[in-house]
Amino acid sequence: MTDIPILRIAGLEKRFDGFAALGGVDLSVPEGEFLTIVGPSGSGKTTLIRLLVGMDEPTDGTIWLRGKRIDRVPANKRPTCMVFQSLALFPHRSVGQNIEFPLKIKGVDPTLRRERAMELLDLLRLRPEYYGKRIQECSGGERQRVALARALAFDPEILFFDEPLSALDYRLKKTLEKELKDLHDRTGKTFIYITHSLEEAMVMSDRIAIMRAGKFEQIATPDEIYARPRSRFVAEFMGEVNLIEVRPGQEGLVARNINMVPDASVRLGITNGKGGTLVVRPESIRILSGGENADAMAEGRLNAEYDLGSRHQYKIDLVDGTRLTAEVLRESRITASLGEPVKIGWDLTRCHLIEEAHDGTH
Amino acid sequence: MERIENRLGILSALPIGILLVLGFLAPFLVVAAFSIMPQKVFDLAHLPDFSAYGEFFRQGYWKPLAWSLGMALVSTLILFVICWPLAFGMAKVFKSFTFVLTIAVVMSLFVSENIRLFGWVLTLMKGGLIEGHLRYWTGTGFDALLYNVPVIVFGLVYVYFPFMLFPLAQGIAMVPDDARQAAADLGATRWQILWEVELPLAAPGIVVGSLLCFVLAAGAIAESKLLGGQAVIVIGDEIETAFTYGQNWPLGSALAVILILIIGALAVFAVSRVDLDSIMGRGR
Repeated sequence: MTDIPILRIAGLEKRFDGFAALGGVDLSVPEGEFLTIVGPSGSGKTTLIRLLVGMDEPTDGTIWLRGKRIDRVPANKRPTCMVFQSLALFPHRSVGQNIEFPLKIKGVDPTLRRERAMELLDLLRLRPEYYGKRIQECSGGERQRVALARALAFDPEILFFDEPLSALDYRLKKTLEKELKDLHDRTGKTFIYITHSLEEAMVMSDRIAIMRAGKFEQIATPDEIYARPRSRFVAEFMGEVNLIEVRPGQEGLVARNINMVPDASVRLGITNGKGGTLVVRPESIRILSGGENADAMAEGRLNAEYDLGSRHQYKIDLVDGTRLTAEVLRESRITASLGEPVKIGWDLTRCHLIEEAHDGTH
Repeated sequence: MERIENRLGILSALPIGILLVLGFLAPFLVVAAFSIMPQKVFDLAHLPDFSAYGEFFRQGYWKPLAWSLGMALVSTLILFVICWPLAFGMAKVFKSFTFVLTIAVVMSLFVSENIRLFGWVLTLMKGGLIEGHLRYWTGTGFDALLYNVPVIVFGLVYVYFPFMLFPLAQGIAMVPDDARQAAADLGATRWQILWEVELPLAAPGIVVGSLLCFVLAAGAIAESKLLGGQAVIVIGDEIETAFTYGQNWPLGSALAVILILIIGALAVFAVSRVDLDSIMGRGR
């Protein structure tokens, strides 16, 4: 990875009949990065990728590829390409012909084309006899690999992916996620991947950009996004989470029905004096026994228990009805029955505060 | 279970099967039988004799046949070229305007072909709609635009336009948008996309449309008679003459059989090359 961004966009905007599908976004992608753009449907991620590959023209803003402006260059003149959600394989061509397509377009000699196609089949772990197969004879996972091979045959500067795994079953999806990550490592190419599934993003990405309503909500490493979400939206998007309103009181930080150590506001690094939202992941909450203590503690009743396989999840209702979620590993599950009082707690090092100013949804 | 379904299938296909045999196969067999009768007989109770086929070469009937096939080929090609963009628009671009266009084109079929061709005669003839107006306004006129080969081809193109347009639109509708976009994304130019993606994927529609137009145009008579004023004689005309004025049924039958065999072979060849099931939304 070098420090010069391979892709840079500034103030990129796309409006359809006055509606801003993409509301002026900035982004810089270093070469060789695996960046995943995540967002719910309608967040503008598909619009963004269509602008990046050249299928649509932006209403405003600029895209640079290695310092060269490309935002008005048509798709077929851009050195990038995309793996479609539908894969968009050519049904009238064999696997080999599909892979060779970009080379044929470039006028590469047939023997060289075939050689390259064979290399790519090998790279994607497809046996050589797939060369002559019809697309219709391939399974979902094989088609996926053919689409990837075809995109790689183009030798793009950046490879875009538009939710290519969304139609596959869970197990195959998991396998291909890892293969894709692996492929990224081996080819060293810049991958920009779009998905609505955060799970997918977490497994593969160097960085994740979270989109909401045509803007980036946060761009950071998976770790950082998980541990230090910048907004309630990001926190909730990252999976199940407890969001607790806190505000500074006379004796430190106050949250309803939760006892916190006096120096909590200092330790959480409150700067605006206004409080905010405390993000506590279910796995950070412990079920306290007898005299055990934690930085933040609350008492409630066990409302529900779910077996999640490797973990157990508990729903605990506080006196005012606030419901918190705790998760523990299977071996440390508790024996309390439903309706019994339980004491829970967590440490401040394992939670994150979103200060009010950062949170537009308050 | 499968056997019951098979039997039901055969049973339900029986009525239409009988109709097809009676309506299509039987007349063809009668014509074929007449074609091997001695010349100028009006029944089938004679020893077979291939003299009618001999006439085909002796009297140079290959010439009208060549004119028919040639003009059919040229008009089919022209139809393909002019219908492709329009069909593309109907299948991919026009949206609700497609419906208006469909109605407009179909409406033209409500009026008999002969009447429409007479309309063109009135338009193109000396003193007609075009020349008449021009002479009235400018004082100089020109000869009738009728009675030549190009105007016959024009007539064929005009009459068989819907038979190319609709199958073609159907064929183009089968080309997935993402396949075109993917080709562009992989560097293909507009022409490369047309050649590598659109034409092959729309092939069933192209074949159906071209076959319809070619077959109909090859057997067409009215265009050469009305617009062409028999500048050239087409094979359909010769067949008609043999049956009516010529009173030579075996000759007419032989000419018809030759035409049917040529067109039939062409159709079988063309249809075998494409997956027609896919145009019905199956297969693929």
